[in-house]
Amino acid sequence: MNGTDLALQARHLGASLGGVPVLHDVSLGLRAACWTSVVGPNGAGKSTLLRALAGLLPHSGEVDLLNRPMPVYSGRERAQQLAWLGQGESSPDDLRVYDLVMLGRLPHQPWLAGPTASDHAAVARALGATQAWDWRHRLVGQLSAGERQRVLLARALAVEAQVLLMDEPLANLDPPHQADWLLLVRALVAEGKTVVSVLHELSLALQADDMLVMQQGRVVHQGACQDASTHSALEQVFECRIAIFQLAGQWLAVPRL
Amino acid sequence: MMSTGHPPRQGRVLALVLLLASAVLLLLGMGVGSTGLESLADMRHDPQAWQIVWDIRLPRSVGAWLAGALLGLAGAVAQGLFRNPLADPYLLGSASGASLGVALAMALLGVSPLATEWLARLGLAGAAFTGAVLAVLLTLLLAQGVQHTLRLLLAGVVVGVVLGALTSLALLLSPGIMQAMQSFMLGSTSFVAWPACVLMAAVALFTLVAAWAMSPVLDGLALGETTAQSLGLPLPALRAALIGVLALATGTAVAQTGLIAFVGLAAPHLVRSLVKTTPGRLIGLASLTGAVLLLSADLLARSVLAPRELPVGVLTAVLGGAYLLWLMHRQGVAGPRS
Repeated sequence: MNGTDLALQARHLGASLGGVPVLHDVSLGLRAACWTSVVGPNGAGKSTLLRALAGLLPHSGEVDLLNRPMPVYSGRERAQQLAWLGQGESSPDDLRVYDLVMLGRLPHQPWLAGPTASDHAAVARALGATQAWDWRHRLVGQLSAGERQRVLLARALAVEAQVLLMDEPLANLDPPHQADWLLLVRALVAEGKTVVSVLHELSLALQADDMLVMQQGRVVHQGACQDASTHSALEQVFECRIAIFQLAGQWLAVPRL
Repeated sequence: MMSTGHPPRQGRVLALVLLLASAVLLLLGMGVGSTGLESLADMRHDPQAWQIVWDIRLPRSVGAWLAGALLGLAGAVAQGLFRNPLADPYLLGSASGASLGVALAMALLGVSPLATEWLARLGLAGAAFTGAVLAVLLTLLLAQGVQHTLRLLLAGVVVGVVLGALTSLALLLSPGIMQAMQSFMLGSTSFVAWPACVLMAAVALFTLVAAWAMSPVLDGLALGETTAQSLGLPLPALRAALIGVLALATGTAVAQTGLIAFVGLAAPHLVRSLVKTTPGRLIGLASLTGAVLLLSADLLARSVLAPRELPVGVLTAVLGGAYLLWLMHRQGVAGPRS
């Protein structure tokens, strides 16, 4: 891989949580305009890696975002280029859906200037893309867990950043909306955006372009989701308790009983 | 489909209603007192009546309005900053710090809050303000900064308990100040004069502008710490500044009117139950609501048992407590929100 088409690049990344080392000397490059899924067993350090890549966690080593070192960016510039959707983040019950999604426009608004027409347009696009437009006047507290997840996704989409990092974005989504999410990610990638997502659902993760397989704080494999070597790395980290098959042109991971 | 349909119209209507209510209540405040409406009627030709209305009733009413505004603002900032609907302006130890300051000042200097001399009042207000600010600084010191919300809350509890114990000790050692202390702890607007009003107005204006300028941080924090950080908000600096605003507003109100209960806690809740708005836009509305609440309570305190009067803190505690219970009951009936 040459350095020009990488959206995110990490060199010798290390991070600790509460004094316990969680990431060990991770070096990687994530291709621009591609969807990379990050998978691995519980405690492999997937979420920690994502937070370190997003610049949201103190870490050792270096991260380049769009070929510029992360420290060069101001907080605001970084926020315009890189959007984040966390796992199990709090969502305020007494905020309106529309107001919550509008918070995704904060990096683009001059301080205290208030939303412009283009901010409203971006929020409308994001709410439309997640089929949440109809509830824009409802309170977040009145939504089901799955509906709330779609609103949080809309908030991250509203940033309209070049790079989108998502930690367990499919939590609480029903199958039709999981499929919608896949189509949405593909559309983003077709527009030239880069998507990185931590996923537990391996069959969905295998729909990505690239896969990053992690174990015990290290990246043990990185490759295309179509590659046999990726499949065998995946079976390895899950102790061969899963098997990967092809069905109707899609790769499926099923439990090996 | 470009209509967003969510202009903050509700908020503007509420602000207008609150401003109108403030004007009406201030007018009423000029008429309520031990000499009744007579003073208002006679004030044009009777210098004594003029003095009662202009130097006692009006500054007191304006003072209640301003202290309520400061407490409402502090409550909205505290609840946004700590993302906790139970947060109130006193939670970083400022109340117990102010009490200790006043108790020490009274025990050491022998001044009473009933003393009308300007200097004595200034001394007590100064002691309360200093105590409140020092207590918040102590809390920050124990919490090792402003970055850990839970540590801050716990440190606030510790400071509150320890300073409360020291205040009790001061009371035990000099029982003469007991009654005066009681009136401070209950909160009262009866000593507020024009200089205090000017001071509170200046602080209210400053803290309101400062809190408004930092409101995007409160909005972003509603999404949680990590997401707020991912939106590029300069959290550490602005959180420290917001705690400064909180301490300044609370310390100023407490110094002039004592520990008035529930206004800071109830005002943001009241606004949220009336309009749906963002934490940032809540600040101004909560401030106005606190002002109207405290001024109404003050009018009630003056008129319920006239010509005697109740300490306004007793009324705010009873009414505020009843209101929060009703709110709890209403949410209980509506069912827990998942």
